[in-house]
Amino acid sequence: MAEKPRLKLPKEAKKGEIIEIKTLMPHIMESGQRKDKDGKAIPRKIINKFTAEFNGKPVFSANLEPAIAANPYLQFSAKLEESGTFKFTWTDDDGSVITAEETITVS
Amino acid sequence: MPQLSRRAALALGAGGAALTLTGWNGRAFAAAKEAADDIAKFTGGKAAEKAKVTIELPEIAENGNTVPLMVSVDAPMTADNYVSEILVVADGNPNPGVATFHFSPMSGKAEASTRIRLATTQNIIVVAKTNKGEVFTGQKQVKVTIGGCGG
Repeated sequence: MAEKPRLKLPKEAKKGEIIEIKTLMPHIMESGQRKDKDGKAIPRKIINKFTAEFNGKPVFSANLEPAIAANPYLQFSAKLEESGTFKFTWTDDDGSVITAEETITVS
Repeated sequence: MPQLSRRAALALGAGGAALTLTGWNGRAFAAAKEAADDIAKFTGGKAAEKAKVTIELPEIAENGNTVPLMVSVDAPMTADNYVSEILVVADGNPNPGVATFHFSPMSGKAEASTRIRLATTQNIIVVAKTNKGEVFTGQKQVKVTIGGCGG
C-alpha cells in the first residue's frame, strides 16, 4: 500500500469552531466476495481502521468492514481549542499503516 | 414421541419445500439475524431508544457499489455528555457489518459520512452509545437497483 491520502481541512480555525475534515484513501477495498475468472474467491484486503488525533488526543476513529466502498471516503468534524497538528492513520489488513499530518492554526 | 405417520411426514416435507418455493430467502434471513447479533453485542443487550439518530441515504441507490451515507446523533458532545460510538449495519449484505465510528468530546458533532456497498434493497440500522450508557437507534431502507458486492 503506497498510496497517498487526500485530505481537505481548513488551515485556520477559531477556538471552539466546529470544522469539517474530509479524507479519501485510494484503495481497492477488496471485499472477499468477488471471484476471479476461475471461480476462486479473491481474498479480502481492505483498510480496516482509520484514526484521527489532534496534538496526540483522539478526535475520531473508524473500524471499517468490506461494505465500505473502494477508495474509502470519511468525513467527520473536530472542535479545537488550540493550534496544533492532526495525525491521520489508515491500517490495511496486511498490517501496513499509512500516516499523514496537517497543521492548523487556531485563534 | 408418537411415530409420525408416513402421510404426516410427507406433508411436513412438502410444507418445508413449499416454504422455500414461496421465496422465504434463507440467506436474507441469515443476514438479518447476523445484523441483530452484531447489534446485541454492541449494546450488551441493552434496549435502544428510537430517537436522536439521523440517517441520510438516497431512497434509491442506482449503483450498489458506492452509496453515500451520513449518520448523525443529536448530542451535546461535552466532556460529560457525548456519543462514544456509532455502529452501522446493513441487514441485507452478505456480511452485515459496515463500520463502527468512535467519537470524543473533541469531535464537536457525533456525525460521520462515508460511502458504502449494498448488495440489495435492505435496511441500514444505526445504533449509538453515549458515555452515560444510553443507547439510541434509527434505521432507513435503501432500494438498490444494481447490487454492489461484485458477485
